[in-house]
Amino acid sequence: MELNQFIFFLLSGLILIFSVLAITSRKILRAAVYLLTVLVATSGLYFMLNYEFMAAVQLTLYAGGIVVLIIFSILLTSHISHKFEQPALANVFAGALTGILGCGVAIWSIIKFPFVATTQPALVVDMKVVGTQLMNTGNYGYALPFEVISVLLLAAMIAAIIIAKKGN
Amino acid sequence: MIQDIPIQYFLIVSTTMFFIGVCGFIIRRNLITMLMAIELILNSVNINFLVFNKFLFPHQLQGHFFALIVVAIAAAEASVAIALFINIYRRFTNIEVENISEMKY
Repeated sequence: MELNQFIFFLLSGLILIFSVLAITSRKILRAAVYLLTVLVATSGLYFMLNYEFMAAVQLTLYAGGIVVLIIFSILLTSHISHKFEQPALANVFAGALTGILGCGVAIWSIIKFPFVATTQPALVVDMKVVGTQLMNTGNYGYALPFEVISVLLLAAMIAAIIIAKKGN
Repeated sequence: MIQDIPIQYFLIVSTTMFFIGVCGFIIRRNLITMLMAIELILNSVNINFLVFNKFLFPHQLQGHFFALIVVAIAAAEASVAIALFINIYRRFTNIEVENISEMKY
């Protein structure tokens, strides 16, 4: 087995095992740490795809931002030593059935589908290309989504401050 | 570097992760763990975007920017959701979905 195949299987094994643990762990802080492991392993997959900028965004925003936010809110709203009760059996059954059936159908159609790659020469993705396309208004430009996402982030920030402030 | 790994392997990993997230959203009864299941779902969709971009359309960067925007939306969603959870905790002193059944102000 080649080294990159070994690393791929290692990363995907980490992702699958720790995402199962994150949704079945009965201690909430441990579930958050398992989620952190899943996100870091995902950024490893992005490094394998040669998307370094996306992997850095994944590490700083997801693993550094969102997980820290989740851990803060866990510490604010529940006791660390608190253990969940076992979920109801009907819930577990419904969830597992949905997961297994949906997963089976989706994987079956993925295996059946013939993926055809384009024949055009590949773009070398470096930081300059990413920045130019992100700020470009012409062909292959993404300036409009960039502006819209900045307005959305501003709105979300104001909404979060107003919702969470005391004595409204 | 990825030539000897077929696209299907990546897609199977992200599909399994997506349905683990859906399963967790159904099973869990705590609001924060449900938010974590949603993060798993969004993350698996990001893997799909980047893999399709890399394997099928490597001459442009559409999937890359879609994934970037999904990350930003996940951050906005998590911040608003956690503000709501803290407000709910002030009012009901817990965040289990069974105990929060009335929306009266």
